[in-house]
Amino acid sequence: MMVTRRVPLVLLACGSFNPITNQHMRLFELARDHLHATGQYQVMGGIVSPVSDGYGKQGLALAKHRNAMAKLALGTSSWVTVDEWESQQPDWTETVETMRYHSERILKELGTHRDPNGNTPPLSCVSPQLKLLCGADFLNSFKVPGLWLDKHVEELVGRFGLVCVSRGSLQSERAVHESDLLHRHRHNIFLVTEWVRNETSATEVRRALRRGLSVKYLVPDSVIDYIHQHNLYTEDSERRNEGTLLRPLVKQARQPGKSLDD
Amino acid sequence: MIVDITSIKKEKASPLSGMQKQKVTEVVLLACGSFNPITNMHLRMFELARDHLQDTGQYNVVKGIISPVGDAYRKKGLIEASHRLEMARLATANSDWIKVDDWESLQAEWLETAKVVRHHYEELHAEDHNKDDVDTVHHGKKRRVDENHSEISRHQERRDGPKLMLLCGADVLESFAVPNLWKQEDIAEIVGCHGLVCITRSGSDPYKFIHQSDDLWQHHRNIHVVHEWITNEISATHVRRALRRGYSVRYLLPENVIDYIQERRLYSAESEQKNADIILAPLQRYTSASSSS
Repeated sequence: MMVTRRVPLVLLACGSFNPITNQHMRLFELARDHLHATGQYQVMGGIVSPVSDGYGKQGLALAKHRNAMAKLALGTSSWVTVDEWESQQPDWTETVETMRYHSERILKELGTHRDPNGNTPPLSCVSPQLKLLCGADFLNSFKVPGLWLDKHVEELVGRFGLVCVSRGSLQSERAVHESDLLHRHRHNIFLVTEWVRNETSATEVRRALRRGLSVKYLVPDSVIDYIHQHNLYTEDSERRNEGTLLRPLVKQARQPGKSLDD
Repeated sequence: MIVDITSIKKEKASPLSGMQKQKVTEVVLLACGSFNPITNMHLRMFELARDHLQDTGQYNVVKGIISPVGDAYRKKGLIEASHRLEMARLATANSDWIKVDDWESLQAEWLETAKVVRHHYEELHAEDHNKDDVDTVHHGKKRRVDENHSEISRHQERRDGPKLMLLCGADVLESFAVPNLWKQEDIAEIVGCHGLVCITRSGSDPYKFIHQSDDLWQHHRNIHVVHEWITNEISATHVRRALRRGYSVRYLLPENVIDYIQERRLYSAESEQKNADIILAPLQRYTSASSSS
């Protein structure tokens, strides 16, 4: 049997998933198709990593609910799973920190796989690369003052890599072009075009739910049921964390003597 | 069993609760189209239309009907009606108010939308008359719509019955302007006697289109424009293209529909060539010398 030369990959998506929507899951499908079409990669798995409550974003539902909904949504997926590590950390975790954790975990799991002769199969010799899956707005978020540390962005795109799905790759290409840092690592940034315009954002879904409007066919039925059972996403829930500064902005504010791992 | 809790919430939020009771008209939404295949966008249109109409406090949407077009429509890439019907049924299996109707697809010839609307309207009132007693308006099977005004006034006499409204995207509304695609009297009947619920799409301005047409403007109160804030352009064309190229269409249509498509390998390069050299049925009909009945 011919051994494939494709590089194995795992895609990681970080975000609020507040709640998870069909569009979130679509990103994985689009990214996988795109990477497979290059002929160079084999996507082995996908990870949805909901942010912890410590993120402090307005309207953020409890992590236990967001995790539960993501699991319901991905219940029938054969390759994408939900990971709760990030949401279980006591404080908000930098994205690059989450990536390091998963990268090490994947490597460890690889090390435990042995065939009957005690050898690792050829394919597993190459450790799957972990890449961050995101939308176009993510690239632009690098520009927001105080949201990202330069050295983190450097590690994110340099060491790991991005798979960025957007409606028009022109917008993403410009974002890469306008940043020296991103431009330097452009070979590690995969731009995927989503031709179907689909603006099913979680914000819009929450808005519709608050107003008693239907979100059927935008979000899986199982997630809709869960939302109604637990009465998530009301006018009150949207006011949670109102006036609070986003945690990364606080944690990463320029302070002398602070180390990377604070 | 999925309980639709949102409808309970909506009743509480009704602007008329506790105030003077306004007459609420029952509405059935009818969507005609290829449904080749049905997608989440089609299904979403029903949800949006229902929310919009319920929100006015004047309507109660009781049913939605999906009526796939017959094979005689001869659209390029149109696969057999039997498949399109089954996929629509699978897609609406877990909906408690949207149903699929095969009457249109079973007709040997392509049918004008107005005829389909008329058929379903008559069915609706036949059900209604079995419950109620008086119907002073006589309507025979063969209906002539040359006299627009008499037709419309006959319908207005039956104001207290359920209304049938045609559900469509803005592209259908704008197709009214395509030469030879629609008969003017059909458009008049649909918007005059019944109603249109039009879901906006990016790049179109339904209000402007209605404003620029005297015929449409005359009945603008029967045309409900629904703004889709969550832009969702999952077109069936795009889905077919993705399938042809072996790309994933997961989360664009219901899973059971995807399974159905994949098991039978529907939608290939060959299937897309079907009817490639044939003229669309309505264009064939109206560009010929003789007029249709």
